[in-house]
Amino acid sequence: MRHLLYRLLHSAVLLLATVSFVFFAGRSIGDPALNILGVNATEQALETLRANIGLNDPLPVQYFRFVGDVLQGDFGVSYRFGFSVLPAEVLREGLGRPVLPLVLDRLPATFFLAGVAMSIAIAFALAMGIAAALWPRSAIDRIVTVLSLAGVSVVQFWLGLMLIVLFGVTLGWFPTTGYGGLEYVVLPALTLAARPMGRIAQVVRSAMLDELAKPYVTAAKAKGASDARVVLVHGLKNAAIPIVTITGDELSALLTGAILVETVFAWPGIGLLLIDSLNRGDLPMVQAGICVVATLVIAVNFLVDVAYTLLDPKVRFKQAGP
Amino acid sequence: MSADEAAVFGDAGLEPGDESRDSALRWRDYLLALAGDKVTLAAAAFLALLAVATLGADFVAPYDPVQLNLKERLLPPFSAGASGIPHVLGTDELGRDMLSRLVYGARVSISVSLIGATVSALLGISLGLVAGFLRGALEDLIMRTVDGMLALPSLLVALFILFLIGGGYANLVLVFALLHWTVYARMARGLALSYRESTFVEAARAAGCRDSRIMIRHLLPNMASPLLVLFTLEIAILILSEASLSFLGFGIQPPEPSWGLMIAKGRDHMRSAWWMVTLPGVAILLTALSLNLVAAWARTVSDPIQRWRYLRPRHAPPDESGERGG
Repeated sequence: MRHLLYRLLHSAVLLLATVSFVFFAGRSIGDPALNILGVNATEQALETLRANIGLNDPLPVQYFRFVGDVLQGDFGVSYRFGFSVLPAEVLREGLGRPVLPLVLDRLPATFFLAGVAMSIAIAFALAMGIAAALWPRSAIDRIVTVLSLAGVSVVQFWLGLMLIVLFGVTLGWFPTTGYGGLEYVVLPALTLAARPMGRIAQVVRSAMLDELAKPYVTAAKAKGASDARVVLVHGLKNAAIPIVTITGDELSALLTGAILVETVFAWPGIGLLLIDSLNRGDLPMVQAGICVVATLVIAVNFLVDVAYTLLDPKVRFKQAGP
Repeated sequence: MSADEAAVFGDAGLEPGDESRDSALRWRDYLLALAGDKVTLAAAAFLALLAVATLGADFVAPYDPVQLNLKERLLPPFSAGASGIPHVLGTDELGRDMLSRLVYGARVSISVSLIGATVSALLGISLGLVAGFLRGALEDLIMRTVDGMLALPSLLVALFILFLIGGGYANLVLVFALLHWTVYARMARGLALSYRESTFVEAARAAGCRDSRIMIRHLLPNMASPLLVLFTLEIAILILSEASLSFLGFGIQPPEPSWGLMIAKGRDHMRSAWWMVTLPGVAILLTALSLNLVAAWARTVSDPIQRWRYLRPRHAPPDESGERGG
């Protein structure tokens, strides 16, 4: 338990570091008031806005206010969203739309995409890795190795564009962009699955090779267990720890990879919102988006650590014992 | 010489009594091993070809990569050019020769990755070496920083920094150096830790070497091969990152040609001119795949336990247990 408590503390420190980073980095690009009102604003309008949103306070005061607001789920208001519909005097008071709900609105789409992609990746990776481990140095092994290296070497957004050209434009099997039923998720999920599939297949292969050569596998065969049982129950269960570790790593990489894939497929997730906001210079939205994605990644890492503890009997019993 | 070593070196053309038999393999043995592995050989050949084309871009490229020629827009591959030189890989939407742009794009994409990887390697290896060898509070500080940075999504942080400081070649190198030193630091520290209690370090210390000399002359050479493999893999990763960042508009800025930018441009003409988007992606795929294959091969060959796989392909041990050192 102490280990997990330490990890929890570590995650909290990381989150604080992320929030501090986006605050100071955000301030380093210049006057937020100028950013909001644009270069044509009068000096008086700028001064009013600065006073209203607290830009005249010392930087440490602003920093602690920012951290305090973030802890209450307030990342500030968007520079762009909703501004055009608000009257000018409201604008000067710095009232746009709060950014955090806008970011959180996009989460289900990203989770949906990531979930489908990860399921595809795990299913294929297990099949490929086990096949390669059962027949090492065979043609299957070679093909799996090259395929998984190719999955790691391909530029994800390019793979997406190729799939659009092939299945969307030439064959017309799937819609190429947008959000809707299951047919919309096929191409982006396949694109996103390529890299984790390659990485996980490699780990499955080497972990299974290690396990299948161990004496307990021979013992299981000798007592008459079927081949399938030996491989899937005895072998895979013991190979689980490295596989779970790499899957967790890949899941956090997947959340970042989604930024590019969502851009290519116009998938309305958090990645597309982030890129749009970066292009519009909408700093609060970018800050909120980065913090949300970082929170997800840190949470995934923490959960992998918990799973690791639960799976490894050495760790589990050492902690349960005296 | 143990039976295992005899099995390894017996076929590699080494005479008994050759003084190198107990230490490292020689260049000739590596070349022989490479010749026996067709996939890796093809990958190495591709990288060599790429290096020649990149260094000699001025001689290899048939056209000026930024010269517009609106009469020859969007020509498919193998089209004849008006000037008599064919457009082997076609032209883009402004009539620029694709082959020439790919070659010059390679120069930008590869050099930015190579410089980024070198700077981050120097930074990371120094810090990791110091952390693992000298230990103490400095180690804690360095390794906590590494843990923290590795836990954050690096592409996202890179995007944010480039959004703040602007894109371009130099800023891209800066971001790569800032974000990628951590992997080297982690590996160098692990290796330094495993060697710091070994007898050769003790011997060097007994002979009166200063810490800096032990680290540079005694530890570093022993750490070279895993770090070199990591360096190769990192170049591949940086080439992919450059492409992603440039594609999103936060990396290399036009009109400088880079592979990622070419894909971004090709996207607009995806339906009419497939070659514009396909070719730069294929170039990246082949380059990264070759780097990965060569790294995997180098890792195996530099590992004394796994080495026989490449050195004696026809005389492999009968069962798989042999590859783990039996």
